[in-house]
Amino acid sequence: MSVKKKFKGLSDKAVGWLFIGPTVLLLLAINIYPLVYAIKMSFTNFYANKIGREPQFVGLKNYIKVLNKEAIWEKMQVTASFMFWTLLLQAIIGLGLALLLNRKFKGNELLTTLIVLPMMLSPAVVGVFWTYLYNPQVGLFNYVVNFFYDLGSFDMIGSSTLAPWAIVIVDTWMWTPFTMLICLAGLRSVPNYLYEAAEVDRASKWQQFIYITLPSVLPFLLLALLFRGIENFKMFDMVVELTSGGPGSATELASINLKREAFEKWKTGYSSAFAVILFVTIFGFGNVYVKVMNKIKER
Amino acid sequence: MILLFVSLFSFSVNSNAKSITLGWAAWDPANALQELTKEFTAETGIEVNFEFVPWPNFADRMLNELNNKGKTFDLLIGDSQWIGAGAVYGHYVKLNDFFDKEGISMSDFSPATVYAYSTWPKGSENYYALPAMGDALAWAYRKDWFDRPELKSEFKKKHGYDLGVPANWNQLHDMCKFFQGREIDGQKRYGAAINTERGSEGITMGVTAAMYAWGMEYENPNKPYDMEGYFNSPQAVEAVEFYRKLYEDCAPPGHSDAYMVANLDAYKSGQVAFQMNWYAFWPGVSKEDSDGRVSGFFANPKQNVAAATLGGQGISVVKYSDKQDLALEYIKWFARPDVQQKWWDLGGYSCHNDVLNSPSFPTSTVYAQGFLDSMGIVKDFWQEPTFVELMLPMQEAIHDYVVNGKGTAKEALDKIIAEWVEVFEADGKL
Repeated sequence: MSVKKKFKGLSDKAVGWLFIGPTVLLLLAINIYPLVYAIKMSFTNFYANKIGREPQFVGLKNYIKVLNKEAIWEKMQVTASFMFWTLLLQAIIGLGLALLLNRKFKGNELLTTLIVLPMMLSPAVVGVFWTYLYNPQVGLFNYVVNFFYDLGSFDMIGSSTLAPWAIVIVDTWMWTPFTMLICLAGLRSVPNYLYEAAEVDRASKWQQFIYITLPSVLPFLLLALLFRGIENFKMFDMVVELTSGGPGSATELASINLKREAFEKWKTGYSSAFAVILFVTIFGFGNVYVKVMNKIKER
Repeated sequence: MILLFVSLFSFSVNSNAKSITLGWAAWDPANALQELTKEFTAETGIEVNFEFVPWPNFADRMLNELNNKGKTFDLLIGDSQWIGAGAVYGHYVKLNDFFDKEGISMSDFSPATVYAYSTWPKGSENYYALPAMGDALAWAYRKDWFDRPELKSEFKKKHGYDLGVPANWNQLHDMCKFFQGREIDGQKRYGAAINTERGSEGITMGVTAAMYAWGMEYENPNKPYDMEGYFNSPQAVEAVEFYRKLYEDCAPPGHSDAYMVANLDAYKSGQVAFQMNWYAFWPGVSKEDSDGRVSGFFANPKQNVAAATLGGQGISVVKYSDKQDLALEYIKWFARPDVQQKWWDLGGYSCHNDVLNSPSFPTSTVYAQGFLDSMGIVKDFWQEPTFVELMLPMQEAIHDYVVNGKGTAKEALDKIIAEWVEVFEADGKL
């Protein structure tokens, strides 16, 4: 039987389902089922390593425990601070670089390629080699800082004041090119006639930037920040390699703490509740953000 | 062609049937064991495959494997603290019947190692491992610097006693501080590379070396799991404060997340006068110093009492293995006194009495006497099935205090007790 004959008689809707069916099944198996299972586990006292011990229903106990635990709020604060500074710096520097690279000059393409290199590296690798760059004795970072301003010996990773900045710097170094690329796409989509009309109206460069460039590029920038925000909320590998969440718990992000609770302490029920809370948080923020972004786009 | 395929396939099946896999950490003793095992393969025809996991991932990798009832490993050389979980959760095969049948007696092994590496519940005669690798936390120092007349006289003038192996932790601090920032042969040197690692167990293993020496007990000996006034006793608090002082005054810059390899690197590269590390590393250090001029070794110094942090591992048969018989054959071979002697000769730390009690043992290497001394005074972290849950809060709180400088030592220990109470309550022990 030919394929044509076989599919003859199937409605458009059925063919549509045939195409998306495997994807939907895959999505259900690897996304939805684990999510539902985690929600179910979050209401139990399940420990995945305690073989033979039946999980018991504990109601909202795990949620109450997570929300009342001071240490969890400390990790959330560390995560919030990390997200705020990385997003702010990546927005400013990314937009700045995009504006720079939007001009035509010799070596523009080579420079763009060089700038985007960090985001092509593995976060774990980045974490490892920045530990060397931050080494107070032989690290290039410390040498460069001391070259411009003599601070003497300082330990970016070992100091609770500097370590949060250490991870912000590395993330900014690695992911600003991403923000830059998205902004650059936005800048290149602005029609030239708008600037020509502005020139005719004797608008200054600053006015052109405020009234043409920024509104045009803002939806792109917000989209880039949405992606980066979601990624940084789940940030794990780079920070683990760089600081292991230390010193103490100075850089222990929520995701690192979640991994420790779930796969080192094996508190499956408790960590499922924590994961659900994190999911709801990022889902809620994401939705609000997208609504705001759409409103900005509509203006 | 088909015949060739069938014969190749049957060869592969046969070779798999006569092979076992042993899991351990990736470090010097593992290479020695691999060398030693060649004799086992020659004798029995059983191939032994090795999977050595780097220390930072060792516990994660192995415990996940066990929790998932994985069949990757037939034999596992697991940390002493895992024995409780191995026994209670049924990951390890109980070896009593096998030992009886093969005439392997636990009284042939050093009592401290049998207690620490093999038994659960502690002190019982239920054996889940054969002591494989004795170890304890100890110290190496730059003997060549200590032997310099100008440094010796300067130190004596300053402190009133000789520069040499420290008799207690106060002397250790004096000596470390003496070298801190000192220029020797045109290079800036530092005091000591001590354990400060945050992620796995490093800083806990380091700080407990001090806490044990100050006389800390984990719990009331007459009331198990009663920790108040024991784990946070004034002596324990003083020890933790001292460890922070040692870190602040004597560690090289950037030594804020360091454990075995980082300590070894700092020492080998000539940065520090002292390194804290496991005996397992001394054969490697000693090998590069054939005339014994550069490095000296000593057991953990005493303060109020003589004590040392226990390391080391036992070898266990994994319950989920399909080749338990072959794995047991390996254990039978490994327990033989002649094999144990070769194990020591190759750089492994045998726990067999025939090796340890041999008259030539104390002088067989420069660190052998220290090893004997240490194994008589070792103390271990909790070996409860929940030891990871107990380890993590200690890692965080101690790192927060020692490296991060947050709060007081008493607050850190109180915080740890509060977390431990929660763990023991969840486990039904309290």
